[in-house]
Amino acid sequence: MRTRRSDRLAQAPVAIEVRGVDKTFQIPRHRIDSLKERLTHPFTRQEYRTLQALHDISFDVRKGEFFGILGRNGSGKSTLLKIMASIYRPDAGRVRVAGRLAPFIELGVGFNPELSSRENVQLNGVLMGLSRREAARRLDAVLDFAELREFADLKLKNYSSGMMVRLAFAVMVEADADVMLVDEVLAVGDAAFSQKCLSVFSELRDRGRTIVLVTHDMPTAQRFCDRAMLIHDSELQYFGDIEETALRYYRLNFGGDVDEIRRAGMLPDVHARVLDVWLENSNRERVQNVEQNQPFVFNCLIEARRPLEEPVFSFQFLNDEGVELAGFTKFLDLPDGRRDSLLAGQQVLVSGEIDNSFLPGRYHLSAWVVRNRTAGDWAFHELRLLEFTVYGTDMGPGSIKLRENVQAVVLTPEEGE
Amino acid sequence: MTVEELPLREVPGPSALGGGWRRSLDLLYLMAVTEFKRTYFGTVLGYLWSLCRPLMLFGVMLVVFTHLLRFSTVVHYPVLLLMNIVLFGFFQEATNAAVPSIVSNEGIVRKTQFPRLVIPLSVVLTSLFNLALNLTVVFAFVLGFGITPRWTWLLLPLLILILLVFSTAVAMILSSLYPRFRDVMIIWSVVSTTLFYASPVLYPLQKLSGPTQTVVALNPLTPILELARRWLIDPAAPVSGGTLRIAVPVFVYAAVVAAAVWIFRREAPRIAEAL
Repeated sequence: MRTRRSDRLAQAPVAIEVRGVDKTFQIPRHRIDSLKERLTHPFTRQEYRTLQALHDISFDVRKGEFFGILGRNGSGKSTLLKIMASIYRPDAGRVRVAGRLAPFIELGVGFNPELSSRENVQLNGVLMGLSRREAARRLDAVLDFAELREFADLKLKNYSSGMMVRLAFAVMVEADADVMLVDEVLAVGDAAFSQKCLSVFSELRDRGRTIVLVTHDMPTAQRFCDRAMLIHDSELQYFGDIEETALRYYRLNFGGDVDEIRRAGMLPDVHARVLDVWLENSNRERVQNVEQNQPFVFNCLIEARRPLEEPVFSFQFLNDEGVELAGFTKFLDLPDGRRDSLLAGQQVLVSGEIDNSFLPGRYHLSAWVVRNRTAGDWAFHELRLLEFTVYGTDMGPGSIKLRENVQAVVLTPEEGE
Repeated sequence: MTVEELPLREVPGPSALGGGWRRSLDLLYLMAVTEFKRTYFGTVLGYLWSLCRPLMLFGVMLVVFTHLLRFSTVVHYPVLLLMNIVLFGFFQEATNAAVPSIVSNEGIVRKTQFPRLVIPLSVVLTSLFNLALNLTVVFAFVLGFGITPRWTWLLLPLLILILLVFSTAVAMILSSLYPRFRDVMIIWSVVSTTLFYASPVLYPLQKLSGPTQTVVALNPLTPILELARRWLIDPAAPVSGGTLRIAVPVFVYAAVVAAAVWIFRREAPRIAEAL
């Protein structure tokens, strides 16, 4: 599937074409904000510090691609996004886009708390490039997606923050632009939220939309992006394979000695990645949350990016404070005579039923993969792979219900017996 | 997967009307309407406030000027006063609200692809809705005072148009300069108050004499108010003539509009960076 996807993308037409983009900001050394300062010092020319934000950036993004713009804070990646979104004007170079483009730099930009969600949705639709009629036509779809139809006429200021987020998401999904530019700040917030945010985007990607994600979070980029580029000190450092981009990013950050750091276990490697992870209830339906005392089925689909010798897969359940509670480690289940190794591109499904002895609460799943079992090289390590809630009424101390057979028995016979 | 070939097009970049006319008009309409609703929906009297405000001001002025300053010799003075307050009120409201408009919409300017010009225009348009409501009250008074309708009433939209264009130009200048020079707000509140007294709003121009009259006559708002008075209320009302007194306001309109277009076009692409 994966490889076919990348072949298909290589054939796809270009959706975004960026050529030789330069951008310099003039930052006043001492900002003159008032006329008085200008009048009292009429001849002192305002002193500017020039900040080169982008220098000679050129690249193409293909239609249907999930493309990452990676770089450290201040490398110029957000500036690039804003130039592509027509918010800043480049000093030189040009950007061409096929179809309608919508930037998502912040969730719910332009929402007016004094207006009803009906009005806000329409205004936002037009803001994202729909015509007024088109925005009105999609109003119902947006409200349905957000499950807020009955609150359509409620002013936004009376919405709970959860409802607001749902509405903003719905607007975004239904805006249905051909090209979407997404800033990482969108994904800031709690883990569950950013997870949801990104899964919405990967869903849109599967519908053939072109998505550009600006981020400095490598695990996220590795998980979602087809290709990526690395910007460093306002220049394009690398363009192409996502794993290679991520590796170069780590080299930049850790001064080249990646292997050292990797051995210390601080760094995710790029030899494997999780394609999907999900839970199912006993009826084999995908669920977000599981009921207390009900067994659930755990599934994790992992792909080898490079050949993996003697891989080990390990999963840990953590509570909300990040304390490890339980876990399991698996080797490949090998038929007789098969080599204990994976080729690049091979997929492994780690799956099975788990007896649920968690008490009600929120839990996280983290995972790591090791290759060369005896040497123990990290192939992959991801914290907070999945987050889920166990619901139920049987509360207790701690996080896990012990399977015990303990009784309280009175020993001393009562007086007068 | 169907591969539909969409042509590559150059992105418009930030500008006064980026994203096309159609979209700008849609946004303009929606912003003005929502702002109008927002202003009056939260209040108990709703739209009535829009009418009450000039009426209350009018009441105060009427007492002061008919009883203390004795302008009662002027034909239909109360109606004249109300009309002047409504017309000048539009200019004042539109321009004062325009000053911080771009800065207070920072979110959409910095985070979406938004035609900059729409912001000050929507403020002016909101004020225009108010003006339309207020003018109905003016007409009620005009009829109430027994002024007979005349064909010159039909010329009123022409004056409104001139006033609208002039106010829009001023709004464009103020709103685009404010992000860089925050003094604009203070300066403009002083200037617009000064203009109020330097326009024939409270008094007919002929009550003045000498250089004061000349100064007020050169005010670009003066011809609008004088013509409105003659066409709507009192056909016998004198209108200041003379080449200079016509040429100067016309020149000021042209200059202000030209300056507005020039300044706004220059500032628009970089406004997001100045915020």
